[in-house]
Amino acid sequence: MIQISWHDILSALPALWRGAIVSLQITLVALIVGIILGCLLALLRLSSSKPLAMVATAYVTIFRSIPLVMVLLWFYLIAPQFLKALLHLPPNIDVRLASAFVAFSLFEAAYYAEIIRAGIQSVGRGQLNAGLALGLSYLQTVQFVILPQAIRVVTPLLVTQAIILLQDTSLVYVIGLADFFRMAVNIGDRDGTTIDMILFVGACYFAVCGILSAIVKLLQAKTSR
Amino acid sequence: MIEINRVSKWYGDFQVLTECSTRVAKGEVVVVCGPSGSGKSTLIKTVNGLETFQGGEVIVDGQSLRGKQTNLSRLRSKVGMVFQHFELFPHLSILGNLSLAQIKVLGRSEKEAAANGLVLLERVGLTAHADKYPLQLSGGQQQRVAIARALSMDPVAMLFDEPTSALDPEMVNEVLDVMIKLARGGMTMMCVTHEMGFAKKVADRVVFMDKGVIVEDEDKDEFFAHPKSSRAREFLSKVLQN
Repeated sequence: MIQISWHDILSALPALWRGAIVSLQITLVALIVGIILGCLLALLRLSSSKPLAMVATAYVTIFRSIPLVMVLLWFYLIAPQFLKALLHLPPNIDVRLASAFVAFSLFEAAYYAEIIRAGIQSVGRGQLNAGLALGLSYLQTVQFVILPQAIRVVTPLLVTQAIILLQDTSLVYVIGLADFFRMAVNIGDRDGTTIDMILFVGACYFAVCGILSAIVKLLQAKTSR
Repeated sequence: MIEINRVSKWYGDFQVLTECSTRVAKGEVVVVCGPSGSGKSTLIKTVNGLETFQGGEVIVDGQSLRGKQTNLSRLRSKVGMVFQHFELFPHLSILGNLSLAQIKVLGRSEKEAAANGLVLLERVGLTAHADKYPLQLSGGQQQRVAIARALSMDPVAMLFDEPTSALDPEMVNEVLDVMIKLARGGMTMMCVTHEMGFAKKVADRVVFMDKGVIVEDEDKDEFFAHPKSSRAREFLSKVLQN
């Protein structure tokens, strides 16, 4: 039986909290940028323009065929200079965090695009016609009629994807970014309390994701009613 | 008001509309009927550009639908359309359904749009349901809301695409009553419908279609008393039995 050292965990809490903030930041940025970009990709994929649809399809296929860890490493190893120039980052910003934001956002967009595309397709063609017949433009119809319904239908799937995203943020381990998980490992290595730390951190992920899963179940019950 | 000149449309090799021509003058009520698959719905949807066509011309309120300068959205906002399956926006309240396009297309304020919406709801007898959502209403009520929604844009003409076909029989009349009131009020209307009682009451002309061709385009009384084609006679004997 392992004896958990609560004292060590307590004294590590401030540092762990800083790590948790990093994890949550990455999750939130990737969630918001991913959904916005995912909406655009979904619309492009469904557009009547063949070239645009092909570009979006290629994007989605590529990102869904590459392990997230590799995307993360690429952006860290290849893209930092590029990112710094492109985003006009101040020199003092942690390029690892910036590259994690970008990598996760682009990666999640591919998954959100597919979810949102399914949502859009679940809204009937008649709704589009109804919007157009009232004099709304195509984009207005998409914005005010199609997307609100599509997003509502797929909200449980979006939250499920967010749960996966939250867990996946621990992969920033490979680029040495001190997120919740990496922070715990670092402290564990320093104090010789690795097992305590990893168990504690695992329990935290479990609690947060468990609550989110329960929310998904509630949402599903609500939408199926 | 609405002119359809030799309109033809193909889906690949299959011709759905063949040189269809008819017109609806201001204040006129024209009923389009015919067996299913005859192209009635396709024809009426060419009037507001929901269906494209390859040959011919459609002119609405003086503007050609395929004209380069024609602002299609602007044109559509002037022509109301009521669909077979209502197509209310389920995520918006009844009043929200009536307000959306008024605000986004006509640039009315939220208050103005709501006030106008309430007036129209009263006209279709549904004021009490303003804050409900579409799926809380019966089919007949939803279709009446759909009519009010189309009217909220102050259209110069109204298109009806089988407005009662998806309704339970006991709800057909409440929708027809609204349409009859509208027709008697002088609205320019083009209606695809099998409701021959409605046609007899308020139509000026009846257009009969079969296999993508306009077979007859007659004065209402003439059409019901002396249908010229055997196909129209056959069709009438079938729908009038019910």
